[in-house]
Amino acid sequence: MQPRSLVNIGDYDREDIFRILKSATKFKENPDRDLLKGKVCATLFFEPSTRTRLSFETAVNRLRGRIIGFSDSATSSSTKGESLKDTIMMVSNYADLIIMRHHLEGSARYASEISPVPLINAGDGSNQHPTQTMLDLFTIYETQGTLENLTVTIVGDLKYGRAVHSLIQGLSYFNPTFNFVAPEELHIPEKYKLFCDDKNISYREYTNFSAESINSADILYMTRVQKERFTDLMEYEKVKNVYVLHNEMLSKSKENLKVLHPLPRVKEISQDVDENPKAYYFQQAKNGMYTRQAIICDLMGINVS
Amino acid sequence: MGKALQVAALENGTAIDHIPTDAVFKVVSLLQLQRLGNRITIGNNLNSNKMGTKGLIKVSDKFFKEDEINRIALVAPSVNLNIIRNFEVVEKKKVVLPDEIIEIVKCNNPKCISNNEPMKTIFHVTDKEKVEIQCHYCEVKIKKEEIVLI
Repeated sequence: MQPRSLVNIGDYDREDIFRILKSATKFKENPDRDLLKGKVCATLFFEPSTRTRLSFETAVNRLRGRIIGFSDSATSSSTKGESLKDTIMMVSNYADLIIMRHHLEGSARYASEISPVPLINAGDGSNQHPTQTMLDLFTIYETQGTLENLTVTIVGDLKYGRAVHSLIQGLSYFNPTFNFVAPEELHIPEKYKLFCDDKNISYREYTNFSAESINSADILYMTRVQKERFTDLMEYEKVKNVYVLHNEMLSKSKENLKVLHPLPRVKEISQDVDENPKAYYFQQAKNGMYTRQAIICDLMGINVS
Repeated sequence: MGKALQVAALENGTAIDHIPTDAVFKVVSLLQLQRLGNRITIGNNLNSNKMGTKGLIKVSDKFFKEDEINRIALVAPSVNLNIIRNFEVVEKKKVVLPDEIIEIVKCNNPKCISNNEPMKTIFHVTDKEKVEIQCHYCEVKIKKEEIVLI
């Protein structure tokens, strides 16, 4: 059965992923369609996230849907002490679909189980952000022509990075090879290594951002190394410039390599990379809109021709 | 001659034997024994050949349903249940950890929705042997020694 809500990337199997990618391709060809005419979508952002909210709202607007909602919990009844359940029940009286971001982990699963209308998780604390993973998969598929047998090098904060963990999960159906490049303090958690072992996915771990890890890759997925993640600030000072990509580091990389980043970028990709045709992070962000159009229509049972 | 019983014999009812000594009162609470009007004998720090010391609970005229008794598998997975009728053990049972644990355990993640909203907690048992559970909502995994009861 097709899922009614999207809470966790694990809600999608291989077939679901391909159905969404196919549909997102159609939206990329033509994002302006009347598919949500007469429908109301609620964007409930209990925690502000301008980038994600604008992407969802543009997706709905380009399909001629209407939007209600709030962009900050300060303007919602939760500040008056209203429970999440009551907010969801009330909003589902008005809307045909709920898109929710919340600072509490598990809030999306709970809301999806009580909501009579489909719900999309636009991020629940540090837990899940499945539309980010779907846009990553779409971008990989678009640039490589396949999701199968790719070498993906993931760099930066592999310990706390929600996007990284979900990407590993999302790619696990497609026989990837991973290079995990991270400082000692932020290396990939044991549970994801066990996950890879369990699925026979090969991976290598690096603490230095080596030429080998770049030159063997089809996808170079960069993430931010944040100062606040370090218990030892000396350690941060030592590594802060190690996991930074400069243009010359791409000189011997594969022809088909694309550099991705979930954004916002700070210093981990130097500006000189932006001009390189292998830099693809801004197109990746744009792909978010097409992917979200595909997910919205899929959950609402709307056929995209 | 058998040695003297450490706790008086039961005519009819259930004897829960080989409870780890630190789990006896958790078992009392999980089975809500404080609400029962039945005659209940609770022994703790009794001698045990197998365990050194153990706890034992005997409840007269009470035969627990499976889902009721399986609640204690979380804190005392290796207890022996003796069903007694007319002073005889008519059945011996083990407890089985259920696949889902509802409204028994508190999530250890303070940022979990279940700690911030009036709702039932739900956990999935991910490893029955090691007793590892996962929050249905925030997906945090909790090991046996970290389990906190509601």
